[in-house]
This record gives sequence, C-alpha cells and structure tokens, in this order.
Amino acid sequence: MLRVDTYPTAAEAARALGPGTRFLGGGSLVMIELNYGASDIDRIVRTSDPELKEIRVEAGRVHLGALVSMSDVLNSRDLDFLAPVAQAVGGPAVRSAASVGGNLFAPHPYGDFSVALLALDAMVQTADGVSHALEGYLADRSGLVTSVSFAAPAGNTFAFRKVRRVRPKGASVMSMACRLSRSAGRLSDVRVAYGAMGPTAVRAKAVEQALEGATLDERGIAPALERATEGLDPPTDALASSWYRKETAVVHLRRLLLAEDAR
Amino acid sequence: MSKTPVTFRLNGEDAAAFADAGSNLLDFLRRSVGDLSPKYGCGQGTCGACTVLIDGEPHLACITLAETVSGREVRTTGGLANGPTLDRLQEAFIDKFAAQCGYCTPGMLMAATALLDKNPNPSRQDVIDAIGGNICRCTGYEPIVDAILEASRNTRGAA
Repeated sequence: MLRVDTYPTAAEAARALGPGTRFLGGGSLVMIELNYGASDIDRIVRTSDPELKEIRVEAGRVHLGALVSMSDVLNSRDLDFLAPVAQAVGGPAVRSAASVGGNLFAPHPYGDFSVALLALDAMVQTADGVSHALEGYLADRSGLVTSVSFAAPAGNTFAFRKVRRVRPKGASVMSMACRLSRSAGRLSDVRVAYGAMGPTAVRAKAVEQALEGATLDERGIAPALERATEGLDPPTDALASSWYRKETAVVHLRRLLLAEDAR
Repeated sequence: MSKTPVTFRLNGEDAAAFADAGSNLLDFLRRSVGDLSPKYGCGQGTCGACTVLIDGEPHLACITLAETVSGREVRTTGGLANGPTLDRLQEAFIDKFAAQCGYCTPGMLMAATALLDKNPNPSRQDVIDAIGGNICRCTGYEPIVDAILEASRNTRGAA
C-alpha cells in the first residue's frame, strides 16, 4: 500500500530512503511515475526542511537548496546569469515544480540546468554531509541532494545555449554551457559542458584542453572546434540522431564561444 | 490506500477532502472535490491542460502531489466567472474564436490569468512565453495569443 511520509529534516528523509521508496521534491519526475502506475514504489518520502528552499550568495559563492525551483531562480536578483538556463526548462508551470536537485536526475534529453551547473564546477552536498564534485555525483547519483554550490562567475564569463526544434518550450537537441575565465587576456581554467550528448550532462574535456591558453576569437577557438565531440557518443532519439548531434555540435559550440553579446 | 485530509482554499472558498496517498492534484480536484474544470491531458506535465494556480503561481495539477496544497490557495477555471458574468479572458476567448475543441482552454485560461495578474501589459512575446507549456492542437495558437492580448487591453481600458 502506497504511503507518503514527510520529515522535518533532509537527514531524516535520507535515512527513510531505501528499496521501494522515492524522494519527491518538486514532483515533475516522480509524479509521472506514480501517474503511470509505478509498481515498484510503495513509499514516497518528502521533507519540509526549509534549508532546501534557500538561495544564498556568500563570499562570492552561490548556494542553491535542492528544492529551489526554476521559478525561484528566475525570481532571484542574485542569479541573473542563470535566468536563461532556468527559462529554458519547460513552460512556466513546469518551472514552478522543477527543482535544482531534481534536474540532476532528469533523464535524457532533459536536465539543462545540470549542464550549467557542470560548467560552473558545482559541488553537490548530500544529506550525509558529504560534498561531491558534480561530475562525480552524476556518475552514480547516489545520496539525497540537499544543495549545490559554485563560485559566482565573474562578469560575463558564463554562457548557455539550448538547441531545440520547438519554441518556446522544447526538449534539447543539445544544450551547452561554458565558463570562460581569462588570465592575461587568454582563456584559463575553462569549463565546457554539454547536455543531451550523453546519458547525463557531460564535460567536453577535449574542448576545455584546447581552449586553455587560447584567445577568444575565431583563430583561437579553431583547435577546440575540431575536438568538439571528441570522446563523446551522443544518443539517438526522436529529436536527433547521434550523427546529427555530432555534426552540428561544432556549429553550436562556435556560437556559444563567440556570442560576445551574451557575455 | 491511506488517505490524507487536505484543507485548502479553492477559488476563494474553504474546501476540504481526503486525498489518496500519492494521488495528484488533478485527480483530487476532479474526483474528491468535484471541480471538473482542470482537464486530464497527458499525466506527465507536458500538455498544460491541467494548469491551475497555487498561491498565484501556475502549476500542473497532474504532477502536483495533492496533499501539498494543504493550507494554500488554489484557483481553477471553475472560479473565473462571477455567476453569469464571464471573466475578461473568457470573453476575449469567445470574441477571438480562441477555442475550437476547447480541451486546452481551461489550462490556457489559467496560464493567461497567471500572466495578467503579474503583468497587465504583456507583449506578444510575453504571452507566447506564458502559454509555452500549453499545447493546443486546433487553433494554431494565434487566436489564443490575440485573445490574451485583447483581454489585457480591455483590463487597461477599464482601469
């Protein structure tokens, strides 16, 4: 018999998770399973922990509670740089439900917010008090997420791009995000991440390597474009084939990197 | 299946009913409360036919756990008209032929209500963004966008 248990703290909710349970955050993923009669769920676990709804910016570092919604992100004056990312998730009603933590679990081709977090070198905090690099966390997605945190990008160094066939709402053919830090006029400590190019958001490490020390212009990014999909095996789905994703990624990467007006 | 008592405000009035564990707000409103105005479309948060407002924000009732509306204010299309007097949006939808089969209309109306409550003077792009999560397979959307803009103009004219 299905039941719903709500705990006052994330730590208690985490302890209640086990076989046959699901943690319900905003609901945009788990409710679909319930609506379609998921027979493997006999217990829904929730938490009313207010910390999971917090948005804090302290000492240049942004902390987003796992239950912060995309609408919350859009409404925060501190998170203007993330507005294009949150805006890219569903329509307004989906954004009221879709949460930062839930986005880490969104199946392909969803999860655009995770792409941005990966490019921002986000850390994931879980209810057991452990911090994980997001890239590592995405590999097994184990542990109840309580928050994510990352250094606020300086100036206009962060950019995001979503490629879709349907506007204004549409799933990703691919999404891309980058953090283009510079040192002495050259790119340094660059992060580039893709969405819908693998089972989860992935870093484009070959591109990152090629951009290190480069100048942000046509000539400077040329070697990175040649390695746009190196090491990646994009999935084929109803939106695009693996071949199409690989062939067009270079075009969108170029637009992402050189879109000076967006940074 | 266990049941949870849920008390909330529905269209400005107190409401209370029992929600089955794990049931969504759409089923709860339609089967337990008796408000048939939000429609079941996809059950996966894709079509927008079940859009309602919770504390003024648009939500998809089909992916909202029913018991989470305890103590909150829910608005549905069923509460838009004041007796025989239609809401400005409903009037505009009629005037602009914005409903054909009508199945998406309750969701469209609530998405538009959320927009106009916050932004009484929306641009065409604002309207398109606001109904971006609502699917219509009849009208081609243009009459709906026109109707929402018309309603916003009527509101400003009346103010």
